[in-house]
Amino acid sequence: MTDQISLQQRRIERVEMRGIVKRFPGVLANDHIDFEVRAGEIHALLGENGAGKTTLMNILYGLYRPDQGQIAINGQVVAIHSPANAIRLGIGMIHQHFMLVPTLSVVENVALGLPSSRGFLLDLDVVTERIRHLSQTYGLKVDPAAMVWQLAVGEQQRVEILKALYRGADLLILDEPTAVLTPQEVEELFTTLRRMAREGHALIFISHKLHEVLSISDRVTVLRDGRVVKTLPTAEATREDLARLMVGREVLLRVERPPVKLGDPVLRLEDLWADSDKGVPALRGVSLQVRSGEILGIAGVSGNGQRELAEVIAGLRPPTQGRIIIAGVDTTGWSPERLLKHGLAYIPEERMRDGVIRDFSVEENLILKNHTDRPYASGIFMNFGKIAEYADNLIANFDIRTPSRDTPLKNLSGGNIQKMVLARELSREPRVLIAAQPTRGVDISATEYIHRQLVAQRAKGTATLLISEDLDEILNLSDRIAVMYEGQIVGIVDQHEATVEQLGLMMAGAHRT
Amino acid sequence: MIARLFSLNTIVGIITAGIRLATPYLYATIGETLGQRSGLVNLGVDGIMLMGAYAAFFVTFKTGSLALGLLAAIVVGGLMGLVMAFFSVTLKAEQGITGIGVYLFGLGMSNLLFQKTLGTVETVSGFPAIHIPLLSDIPVLGPIFFRHNLLVYGAFALVPISWFILNKTTLGLKIRAVGDNPEAADSLGVSVTGVRYLTETVGGMLEGIAGASLSIALLNVFQENLTNGMGFIAVALVYFGGWRAVGALAGAILFSTVNALQLWLQVIGILIPPDFAIMMPYVLTIVVLAFTAQRVRAPAALSKPFERGEG
Ligand SMILES: Nc1ncnc2c1ncn2[C@@H]1O[C@H](COP(=O)(O)OP(=O)(O)OP(=O)(O)O)[C@@H](O)[C@H]1O
Ligand SMILES: [Mg+2]
Repeated sequence: MTDQISLQQRRIERVEMRGIVKRFPGVLANDHIDFEVRAGEIHALLGENGAGKTTLMNILYGLYRPDQGQIAINGQVVAIHSPANAIRLGIGMIHQHFMLVPTLSVVENVALGLPSSRGFLLDLDVVTERIRHLSQTYGLKVDPAAMVWQLAVGEQQRVEILKALYRGADLLILDEPTAVLTPQEVEELFTTLRRMAREGHALIFISHKLHEVLSISDRVTVLRDGRVVKTLPTAEATREDLARLMVGREVLLRVERPPVKLGDPVLRLEDLWADSDKGVPALRGVSLQVRSGEILGIAGVSGNGQRELAEVIAGLRPPTQGRIIIAGVDTTGWSPERLLKHGLAYIPEERMRDGVIRDFSVEENLILKNHTDRPYASGIFMNFGKIAEYADNLIANFDIRTPSRDTPLKNLSGGNIQKMVLARELSREPRVLIAAQPTRGVDISATEYIHRQLVAQRAKGTATLLISEDLDEILNLSDRIAVMYEGQIVGIVDQHEATVEQLGLMMAGAHRT
Repeated sequence: MIARLFSLNTIVGIITAGIRLATPYLYATIGETLGQRSGLVNLGVDGIMLMGAYAAFFVTFKTGSLALGLLAAIVVGGLMGLVMAFFSVTLKAEQGITGIGVYLFGLGMSNLLFQKTLGTVETVSGFPAIHIPLLSDIPVLGPIFFRHNLLVYGAFALVPISWFILNKTTLGLKIRAVGDNPEAADSLGVSVTGVRYLTETVGGMLEGIAGASLSIALLNVFQENLTNGMGFIAVALVYFGGWRAVGALAGAILFSTVNALQLWLQVIGILIPPDFAIMMPYVLTIVVLAFTAQRVRAPAALSKPFERGEG
């Protein structure tokens, strides 16, 4: 049980990365980066989408080889050629895009690749016990027997952390761990992280949310365009400083939302019911309407039916009861393609899974939804010239950082993949837009940009359903705010009447009186 | 006529033959299942079976040793699996095309060797039937289950063994993970390449045994294209069986029993034209496949070469 820990003769005191250079075709992702982290410290890594944070961490975890530079642990230069090396040296990583096998259970995911106490035979009962123990020690609630595909993102992340802890990681790299969490879950995660730091773990924390960085970290290193701009103690930094260091200019942290004349209701839901993946009702009679030119925010703790709501409207999940009416037409049970033609746009929550084809190029992904329409196609022939022009336009307008339109989408940084989906969906000038967590994992300047786009879309008369766990975002953008709890709308309030406290209470299940 | 068709003896005969004939399918299907669970499609099964069948027959014919014959089939099958792995894992070649290449190689090479070394159809005395004491005397069940040769018993033993390995061992966990999310397995230090080489090589060995079961246990001859497409049926049975050993068993038995029935119908020469009779098991496979295909999910990384994100 404890052999993984006792295997390591010496704990990590200090990890240094010196002069790290990493080139990809067309990009210098890391440009002579010096970075250091010590035991007991939470070191935040900040930078815009594509600044090179994930690349640097992948190098530390042995997934990428640096073109130049070296890594030293406790002053001694080490070669990290593979994740196996990294794990043996006591380095663990929670990836920006989770590395879990969905068809396996939680225990199986944890046990994967580890020697078993019974040799060739799996010792899942032993692993289960140890997971329970670790869960308790670090406050990581998870059911070891559950299948991973059934878990909500927050739970999946706890599995990822358990995987690393189970392997006795001294240094834990967390690549945007909070991007997928609710505010409450973030607090729980922070409690866990602080506990780990107190016990002598070294932690590297990546996030785009400045208040998180300010509240959790001891030191901050800011990257821009693959270079270190500055490393400073968090106590000496302010939000504005960090934003300026990251972006290189002043950033607007809140968008203007000019008044708009509301039109007719374009999206109407009547007593909508639907089951979750586990087969239990996740939507329990949702009725609401969104008018042309209106943004209706859906607030709520994740797992209260928001995902199912979005999927049902987008035609990806069959409702068990109720009706969906878009622009006066009953669209209940329509295929996604038909809905698309009817003017629905959907920005899915799990963009890496639902919204994109990773192996296709940026251009192909951008044209995916209108590749059969004029002027991009006539009959069965595609007009590649027009498509290229269209793609280049979107890449420029939405500031998608990519070496070229032909780059495979999977080579883009996380935030840029997000911008690609957004560009594709908004460019179709939809009547109804379902935006699920549109700025999750997106840096502050891109967030600012996306918010402006949503507001611009609103001015054009789009009816928007904005699903977000970020209360700031909801309050900032919505005209009205509906709170979901256990598959129902517990109340709808006007934006200027809403307060964070009141919404928080409703999110916890208190009905509005 | 009808009475003869449905007499107890006939039914026992057909089921017994069905069990016997399931043998090559079982080895080949389980071999292929192993590879597919780790994310590799091998369409060259039939070619590997032919080479295994030839090697087993030739060595047995020359040395008189069934054990050496079987060993030869295992070695040849394993080598061909290794070659398949080299192309699809190391060179990341398109797996469907590589498989067809391996098939055509096996088909041509086994025939060439047959022409050069044997020339005519010879026979060997293959693995003898082993009557299991007591059990083989039970009426009906005895002849059906307990009077077979070693390779038949081996094939059936392989079902629980492969189930156990896939589901209860650390290796099996790695295989399943590599087939469903190689990136995740890689990030935990599991060697995706190593696992895939292993499953493909062991799969090849089993496919070699599948060939040997024809040439030195069931038919005891070798001739051009002895397998006559059995390897392709085995690939279909993997899907049919939903990538599970038990499913492979059900598929193999169903297919071979219908086949035995069809042979019997031809022997007594009634009811249906022979061409149609020969089609029966294949048609059945397609029909069942069409109905079961949607319900089970293939390994997510099936036929996709693995590459770390690095360009
Ligand atoms: N495998 C790859 N092949 C080619 N280019 C890559 C690859 N991985 C990353 N890049 C490029 O390297 C740059 C840095 O990417 P990286 O993923 O490190 O950014 P990041 O700072 O983590 O951004 P984000 O906040 O969006 O996750 C980007 O321009 C990206 O397109
Ligand atoms: Mg990143």
